[in-house]
Amino acid sequence: MQDFINIGKRIPKMDAEEKVTGKAVYIPDLKVPGMLYGKILYSPHAHARILRIDTSEAERLPGVRAVLTGYNTPPIKFGFYKDNPPLKANKVRSFRDEVAALAAIDPDIAEEAINLIRVEYEILPAIFDPEEAMKEGAPLIHEEHLGGKEKKPTNVLNLPWRLIAGDVDEARKNSAYVAEDRFKVTWVAHCCLGTSGCVAQFDMKSNLTMYSNTQIPSLAQKDYLDALSAMGLQGKKVRVIKAMIGGGFGSKLDTYAYEYIAILLAHKTRKPVKIIFTREEEFFATSPRQPAIIDIAQGCTKDGKMTFRDIRMTLDNGAYTSWGATTPSVMMMPISSLYKVPNVRYVAKCVYTNNTYSQAMRGYGNPQATFAIDSQIDILAEMAGIDPLDFRLRNANTPGEVTPQNFKINTCGLRECIDVVAQRLDWRQNRGRRDGRGFGMASMIHVGGGARVYKSDGCGTIIKIDDFGTVNVITGATDMGQGAETVIAQIVAEEMGVRVEDVVVTHTDTDICPWDVGAHASRTTFVAGNSARGAAKKVKEQLLEVAAKSLGESPENLDIRDRIVFSKNDPEKKSPLGKILRATHYAAGGKMVMAEYFYDPPNENLDKEFKGNLSVTYAYGTHGVEVEVDKETGQVKILKYIAAHDVGRAINPMLLEGQVYGGATMGIGYALTERLILQNGKVMNPNFLDYKMLTAKDVPNIETIEIETDDPSGPFGAKGIGEPGLVPTAPAIANAIYDAVGVRIKELPITPEKVLAALKEKTNLK
Amino acid sequence: MKQTINFILNGEPVSVEVEPHLTLLQVLRDKLELTGTKEGCGMGECGACTVLLNGKTVNSCIFPALEADGKSVMTIEGLTDGQGHLHPIQKAFIEYGAIQCGFCTPGMVLSAKALLDENTKPTEEEIRHGIAGNLCRCTGYLQIIEAIKAVSGQ
Repeated sequence: MQDFINIGKRIPKMDAEEKVTGKAVYIPDLKVPGMLYGKILYSPHAHARILRIDTSEAERLPGVRAVLTGYNTPPIKFGFYKDNPPLKANKVRSFRDEVAALAAIDPDIAEEAINLIRVEYEILPAIFDPEEAMKEGAPLIHEEHLGGKEKKPTNVLNLPWRLIAGDVDEARKNSAYVAEDRFKVTWVAHCCLGTSGCVAQFDMKSNLTMYSNTQIPSLAQKDYLDALSAMGLQGKKVRVIKAMIGGGFGSKLDTYAYEYIAILLAHKTRKPVKIIFTREEEFFATSPRQPAIIDIAQGCTKDGKMTFRDIRMTLDNGAYTSWGATTPSVMMMPISSLYKVPNVRYVAKCVYTNNTYSQAMRGYGNPQATFAIDSQIDILAEMAGIDPLDFRLRNANTPGEVTPQNFKINTCGLRECIDVVAQRLDWRQNRGRRDGRGFGMASMIHVGGGARVYKSDGCGTIIKIDDFGTVNVITGATDMGQGAETVIAQIVAEEMGVRVEDVVVTHTDTDICPWDVGAHASRTTFVAGNSARGAAKKVKEQLLEVAAKSLGESPENLDIRDRIVFSKNDPEKKSPLGKILRATHYAAGGKMVMAEYFYDPPNENLDKEFKGNLSVTYAYGTHGVEVEVDKETGQVKILKYIAAHDVGRAINPMLLEGQVYGGATMGIGYALTERLILQNGKVMNPNFLDYKMLTAKDVPNIETIEIETDDPSGPFGAKGIGEPGLVPTAPAIANAIYDAVGVRIKELPITPEKVLAALKEKTNLK
Repeated sequence: MKQTINFILNGEPVSVEVEPHLTLLQVLRDKLELTGTKEGCGMGECGACTVLLNGKTVNSCIFPALEADGKSVMTIEGLTDGQGHLHPIQKAFIEYGAIQCGFCTPGMVLSAKALLDENTKPTEEEIRHGIAGNLCRCTGYLQIIEAIKAVSGQ
C-alpha cells in the first residue's frame, strides 16, 4: 500500500464551519436589491380544459408587478421530451400543472394575489393507472403525441427500451428452476431539507443571471439559453451561480417550471424575482422516484447457475417527461450485469398518466430493478434448494468478465462483499430458523467511473497558484453536501505535495468554472477527481520548472512538501513556494503558473441495442440485515445492518461512510416507510407528518465495510459511492423478513399492514 | 397594528416592531437578518428552524413572535463566542462528519445543546430521542449521534 499524506484521511468538509455556524448562504437566504417574490397557481384538477383565466383582480392588487399565464408567455418547452411548458394553456394534465404565476413586492402580497386569480375549467376524464393508460380508447394525456408503428395517438412514450442478449426463450426451456413474479414499487420523494428555489435576474443587456441550486450547472445553462431563445432573446448570455445546496439526491438533475417562471417574471418586470417552494409545493410540485410494475422471471440450472433473466416493466411517467424517463437505461445495468446471467431480455414502457411526473433520484432506477432481481434471487435459490448465500457466490461477478450488456468488469470486489457480510451476520449459524428473527442479503452493481449518458462525460479543472502559495482549484464539479470540494482538495494536495488547507476550491459560477456534465451517476469523485489530478500534475510540472531555474537544480530532482520546494539530492537547495511564485510573477517576461485539464473517461454511449461499456469501472456492494418481525403487529425492526462496498479506494473514509449511512437510511425508508400517496393524481401526504422519512430514533446502527480494490482508472484507485448505499437495501430487508416469518412482500414499502396481511394469508393457506 | 417586542437575543437585548401574525422565524430571518435559522417545512415538523427559548427548543416557524417578548432567545449565531470560537458541539459536528448539505445543521446543533444542557451524559437512546424532532436527509444521523456522544465525553 502506498504511503499517502492526504488520501485515506478523515478530513472534515471544507464548508463545515460555514454550515455549522449558520453562515452558509442557501437560496432562501439570498436577497438581491429590488427583488420581487414569485408565486405559482396550480391546477385543482388532474385533467381539465382551461376555459377562462381572469387575472384582473390579482393585477389590481397594490404591490403586484406582473401576472403571467400560458396565454401571454412565449412558447417555452422544457424537459427531456420537450413536452412541458412552464405555464399551461388550453389544458392541465396533473394537479401540479402551473396555470398562472405572479410577482409581487413581498411574499404576503404574492400569496394574497394568487388567490384572486379565477380560472374556469371543464373537467376531463383522467387516468392514473399506467396499464389502463396503455389500453385502446384510454383518455389521451397529450392528444398530439403519436407513437407506435402506425403513428397513432397514444399514451405510450416513444422510448422503446429493449435489451436482448442471448436467447431467453431457449434458456428458459433448459432451466431446472424458473421463478416468476410481479413486483411493484411506488413514488418516493427526495425530501431535501432545503426546499427548491431560485432567483432570476436580467442585466440591462438582457443577459440572465440565475442563482440556483442545480446539480447540473452546465446543462441548466443550456436549458435557460434555450428558454431565452424562445423568448426572443437569442444570443444573450446566461450565468448560473450556485448557492449552497440544501440537498440534491438527483432532484436537481432537471430544470423545473418554477425556474422558467422566475425567468419570465424577471424579464417582464425587469426586476430580480425569487421563487421559494413551501414544503407542500416541494412534495407535490417536484418530481419523485418513478413507480414501476415489474414482471420478472429468472431461471437457473439444477446446481444453481443462473440461466436467464426476463423482465417486462411498465413505468408511470406522469403527465410530462423529465430526464427521469431514461431510468430504464440505468435499470439495464443490474438487469444485465448483477450476477452472471448469460441470457437477458428487458422491455420497458413509459406511459403518460395524469399523475405527477417522475424524475431522477439517487440510484436512478437501479433500486427499483434491484429490488425485484435480488428479492427473486432468494425465491429462486429456495426453489433450487440452495442457500441464497451460496447461490449468490456461485453467480457472483468477477474481474475480467464481459457482461451481456458488454460491460467490461475491471476490478470487482463483489465476492469479498458477500463473504464479509455473511461473516458479520454469522450467516450459516443464524439463517433459516423462521423464528421471527431473520437474515437477508442483497447485492448491487452501479457505475463506478462515471457514465456516458450524454455525449460527454467530462469535467474540466483549472488550477492557479497565487503569490502566497495558495492553490486555487476551479472545478466544474458540484458540491451538494456530499463533500466534492474536500475530496478534490485532497486529491490535488496529494498530487502536488501541498497541504489540504492551502487548497481553495471554487465550484459555484459558470462564468468562472469549466464545463462539467453534472453531479449524477456517482461520478464526481471519479471524473472531477481525475480531472483535478490531471490539472495538479500539469501545474506541478510548471512550478518545478520555474523553481528549477531559481534553485539551479533540474526539475526532476525537485519536489514539494509543507509549502517548500526542495531538492531531493541537496537539502540546501530549497525555497518557500510563495517566494518562487512571486519571483515568477514579478520577473521581466514572467509567467503565470496555471494549468487546465479536461478529463473525459473512456466510457461508451450505449449503442442502438443499448449495449456498450457505459463506465470504465463498476462499483459493487452487498448489504446484510438482521430483522425482527412482530407477528402480532407486522412491525419490522432492524437489529443489525452491514453495508459492504467495493469503493476502489476511500479518499476520505469519513465522507464515504456518510454517503453509505445516508444512502442506506434512505433505502431503509424506501423499503419500509416511505410512500408518496397519490389518490386520483393528488398527493395526499405533502408534509413530514404523513410522509415517513426516518428520524434519529428509527435509524439502526449501520456497519460500513470498505473493500479497496484500487481501481487502475480511478483517482488514487477510487470509484463512485454516492448512490450505491441505497441500491440493495430494500431487497436485503425483504429477504430478511422472509427468513424471519416466511412471507414474501413484493410491493414497497413493506408496511406492517402488508406484513400482517401476508401472514394472515399464509395461515389461511395452511 | 404593529407591536413592539423586547427580548434577549443571543445575549443582547433587542426591540423589534412586529406584525402580530409573524412567527419568530420570520422576525429572526426577515427583520433581524439572522438567516442561520432555516425554514424546512413551515409546519413545525422538521426542526430546521429550531432555536432555544429560555434554553428550551422551539420550532420557531410556528412560534408566534409576540410570545418571545420578555424571553431569551438563542439562535445558531449566538452559539459561537464573541471571538468567533466554535462551541464544542459545533467542533464535534465538524470533526465527526455530522454535516453534509448543512441545511438541518443549525437546528440540529441547538437541539443537541438543549439536550446536553439538561443531561450532560445522555445515553445513545436519549441522544436519539433528543434529536428526533430534527430531520436530516443526508447523513442517516449516525455521525450526528457520534458527535454528540463525543461532546459528552463518551
